Amino acid sequence: MEKNLTFREFLVTRLIQASGYSAIVFVALIFFFLLREGLPTLSEVDISSLLSIRWYPIEDYFGILPLISGSLIVTLGAALIAVPFGIGTAVYISEIAPRWMREILKPLVELLGGLPSVVLGFLGILVVSPFLRIFLDLPTGLTAFTGSLLLGGIAVPTIVSVAEDALDSVPRAYREGAWALGATRWQTIWRVTLPAARSGVLTAVMLGVGRAIGETMTVMMVTGNAPVLALKLGSLFSPVRTMTATIAAEMGEVANGSTHYHVLFLIGIVLFVISLIVNIIASSVVFRARKRAERILS
Amino acid sequence: MKRLFSQNRHTIQRLGFTAITLIAVVTVLPIIGTVIFILIKGGSAISWDFLSGFPHDGMRAGGILPAIIGTLYLTIGTAIFSVPLGIAAAIYLAEYAKDNQWTRLIRLAIINLAGIPSVVYGLFGLGLFVLFLQFGTSILAASLTLSIMTLPVIISTAEEALRSVPQSFRTVSISLGATRWQTIRRIVLKEALPGILTGVILGLERAAGETAPILFTGAAFFLPRLPNSPFDATMALPYHLFVISTQVPEMPIQIQYGTALVLLVFVLTMNLIATVIRSRARARRQW
Repeated sequence: MEKNLTFREFLVTRLIQASGYSAIVFVALIFFFLLREGLPTLSEVDISSLLSIRWYPIEDYFGILPLISGSLIVTLGAALIAVPFGIGTAVYISEIAPRWMREILKPLVELLGGLPSVVLGFLGILVVSPFLRIFLDLPTGLTAFTGSLLLGGIAVPTIVSVAEDALDSVPRAYREGAWALGATRWQTIWRVTLPAARSGVLTAVMLGVGRAIGETMTVMMVTGNAPVLALKLGSLFSPVRTMTATIAAEMGEVANGSTHYHVLFLIGIVLFVISLIVNIIASSVVFRARKRAERILS
Repeated sequence: MKRLFSQNRHTIQRLGFTAITLIAVVTVLPIIGTVIFILIKGGSAISWDFLSGFPHDGMRAGGILPAIIGTLYLTIGTAIFSVPLGIAAAIYLAEYAKDNQWTRLIRLAIINLAGIPSVVYGLFGLGLFVLFLQFGTSILAASLTLSIMTLPVIISTAEEALRSVPQSFRTVSISLGATRWQTIRRIVLKEALPGILTGVILGLERAAGETAPILFTGAAFFLPRLPNSPFDATMALPYHLFVISTQVPEMPIQIQYGTALVLLVFVLTMNLIATVIRSRARARRQW
């Protein structure tokens, strides 16, 4: 009986430990399979033609620059919208709103985070893009800007919840100190609370932008899918195509093992590496650890 | 002069607060607007036939039953893989892991899993499950892909729930002669259950609404019958909404809004259940 119990304990502990390490295994597996299917590209297509500005796979033009520029311009637009609104809302929820309001707003913002991206894309096609076409007098409503607007909506919940967490973890004593010195609540927010939560707010912005650059369905549905190089600010109001949308739209139609198939995986590697960099930088801001320590102290 | 200055400060504060409040309103109103808009527009499409019928006439008429059932299958499939694995990983991190390099690496891996774009999960699922392991485009391949995507949400919320159980509970249980695993199973897990459940539901909610990871791993454009094994492809609500709003010409707008509504209700119900469990557990907590 005694021995049996120890053995079970041993087995369960090992199983739990293996599950703990599984996350590392999965990241490695994902990277391995992307490499396995994506690296053959490099022997099939010249680097110079990969870095050209023409994406037209049917005639073997695999220039990925238009796709990268498309992703960048849509994401940049989304960040310009999501950062002020996200941080503003976080400040409102954490510093200004009365308690009952906070209890309503937090679940509401979380709800936006839970809305399927395909539903946002659907509304983008039927409501937002016709509206923008008429309102801004454009030839088509399916533009990078439409994508930015909706992606902003996708990035906002991430920014709000992480930034709100960061603001909330600033010890109350900091604020009280500022008030005691005669600062108004407004001055306290800008000169004490926000600077103290700086690293967490930065993490929030990075994670939000990271979500925006990886978003697929919404951008595929509303950005018009034209693979043209977008370098001017005016490109924001013309159709573009992102890396994610290209993979989603074309992977269904390519033959497994063809050059086109390998190039799509290569684009996947680019996306994977971007998300890796964003997340490593965001998590190296040691904000969680500090937060716990300060909670204990205050 | 001094009074003027301080009046000025308070005017700035009033203006600032108004601006921030406006920003919050502009952020939140579209969320409520979106939900109400779809409820109103889609409401008239909902009927028993719509919910229980098969699509016909090139999906321009009939119901969306196979898509509803497909999404249910995928959600259940995802739960089967991700819930035990996610909770076990959370137990490891909260109860066993020491604070060393390996644990930091695990945490970094979880954060990265959470940040990988959904379409990249689709590529991975295609490479590993569909082609390498030869599951084909199937419910199994799609569920496995979705469950890896769901893992980070489940792990991090479950870990937080486990950590919030006071240390004294463990100390007392161990001092009464229970082993570590007995303590975790009978005491810690039981106390942390509502928090874990909230995380599980929020994770599955995300999986149910995702389209990109199932595009090339298990989603079917149209099927005349329901899938009858895990190795069949399936229709799914999010993919169906994508198809009928972009790929099918002259699609009746009613059916599109109706499908969006069913998907939204599916996801919002899960969200609501999670919120209720969390707030009830918080209210009841005695420590």
